[in-house]
Amino acid sequence: MTIIDRRAALAIFAAGLATPLRAAPLRYTIDPQLVAPDLWVVRGVDGPIDGANGGAIANISILRTTAGTVLVDCGPSLRYGQQLKTVAEALTGMPVIRVYLTHLHPDHIYGAAAFDRSIVAATPALARSLETLGPSFSDSMYRLLGDWMRGTEFAAPGKVLAEDHETFGHRRLDLYPLAGHSEADLAIVDNGTGVLIAGDLIFHDRAPSTPHADIGRWLASLDRLGSIGHRAVIPGHGPIDPTSSAAIGQTRDWLSWLRDTLERAVAEGLDPVETGNLAIPERLAALKAARYELQRSVAHFFSRIEEQALPRVDLRR
Amino acid sequence: MSRFASYLAAVLATIAAVPAHAALPADPLGSPMWQRLGQTLFGDAPVRFDPRVRVIFPDIAENQRQFPVAIDARGIAGVKRILLFADLNPIPLAVDYTLDAAQPYFSTRIKLDQRTPVRGAVQLADGSWLVSGGWIDAAGGGCSLPPISRVKGDWAQHLGEVRGVALWDAGAMRVRLAFRHPMDTGLIDNIPTYNLEEVALTGREGRRFGDLRIEASVAEDPEFTVIVDASPTEAISMAGRDTNGIDYTARLTPAAVAAPR
Repeated sequence: MTIIDRRAALAIFAAGLATPLRAAPLRYTIDPQLVAPDLWVVRGVDGPIDGANGGAIANISILRTTAGTVLVDCGPSLRYGQQLKTVAEALTGMPVIRVYLTHLHPDHIYGAAAFDRSIVAATPALARSLETLGPSFSDSMYRLLGDWMRGTEFAAPGKVLAEDHETFGHRRLDLYPLAGHSEADLAIVDNGTGVLIAGDLIFHDRAPSTPHADIGRWLASLDRLGSIGHRAVIPGHGPIDPTSSAAIGQTRDWLSWLRDTLERAVAEGLDPVETGNLAIPERLAALKAARYELQRSVAHFFSRIEEQALPRVDLRR
Repeated sequence: MSRFASYLAAVLATIAAVPAHAALPADPLGSPMWQRLGQTLFGDAPVRFDPRVRVIFPDIAENQRQFPVAIDARGIAGVKRILLFADLNPIPLAVDYTLDAAQPYFSTRIKLDQRTPVRGAVQLADGSWLVSGGWIDAAGGGCSLPPISRVKGDWAQHLGEVRGVALWDAGAMRVRLAFRHPMDTGLIDNIPTYNLEEVALTGREGRRFGDLRIEASVAEDPEFTVIVDASPTEAISMAGRDTNGIDYTARLTPAAVAAPR
């Protein structure tokens, strides 16, 4: 190395020292969009959880009532929950008095760590399932998201919802405890505006994810939601459906196709790799994350279907 | 020629004649294990990277205990043997498949202990190897988590169960086999290695289609797809053995794929 090279190297080293040692703290973009009077949604990114989106992939709803602010779901991390609380309270001018958890998945509920436990509410079935599964997503969320997750610990809900509705001021929220996307899914209808806040029972323009799904129960829950007389839908993932039925129909379409496709693949002797690479019909391939969710669903269901469908061929000893 | 010059010529000739190993090609995946694994698996045989060896797996390792991988080398003539391995697994090799009368297609599910290259290698009649593969990201512990059936405690009740199907489709016999077996890696407290280690497929009058040598890095409840050169109605016999010497036998009667997709 010549003396000039060494000098240049020292200059580069000094420049490195001059830049701040700590990168700017990670911040989520929380931008509520008005859906109906005093009802906003914070749209999630319609893709898989990754380091670029910080896990903010689920839709979060904010309602203003005369008694205070109500949230439906609260995001993937402590950091998200804290930012959400600040943004929601500035937007409504009212403190957050209720946080509903729609189901167990961490992109919807790990932000609960930012709120007083007593206002975080779950159905009895969800509260039970969170006792065992609630903390179990922590490792994989930290692995995927790193510093986005800093300080996040699963916070169990402090309020178990026995009632079929709750009223805050003049705002009545009807609670529909259902199942299918997971063992316990909560859908909520804002009675005044007729908006169905569906949690992950309904996906829209984004392929449904199935890690804890029971497709038969899920389809039955969609039938139930199709009959409650709502006007519009805030899905768990994807854009708002201004109609009552489009997103429900699309979710049903994907799930029915998925079930038929997996069953037929097993019957044709395909393996999981081939099944995950099967052609997706055009109308469903247009959904965001379609291939990704098909391959995940193969991992969730394929072996169980094979165990039912393939005959025993062993010769008894 | 001076004495020194002839001495030098002799030394140079010796060096040229005895390369320590046939040089492995540089690894396009940049794996830290490539040189060492390559020497172990391929010895002095020539090795080339070849994209015609299609190593197919999902974009996401949804479950690190059971990650499906297919190796499709049907674009290459004369494949005698297929290896499936994952460089950074504690048991890198998963399956060593010798083909007697079979097409070079193979799939199974493996464990993933961390982010790793997953590769397929096929050997031709001249002994040379063609290799391909890619990286897959994975949560840790696929090899060092207890099998589900050990946790549930029901593994012994299902040992020996084999499900399967042989389907005649488009001029080929596709055989799919699914075993119940804990496939213990030996990396978990006080449970020694215990795995299905051998599966042989034969046809009429004992005609050999192929043999699988199986390591504990194959997923619990191992399953395999192979495509054998059977006739449309030829029954397929399976004879297997695990590391405790337990024998497994099965017989598959071919069916035809019902309706075109």
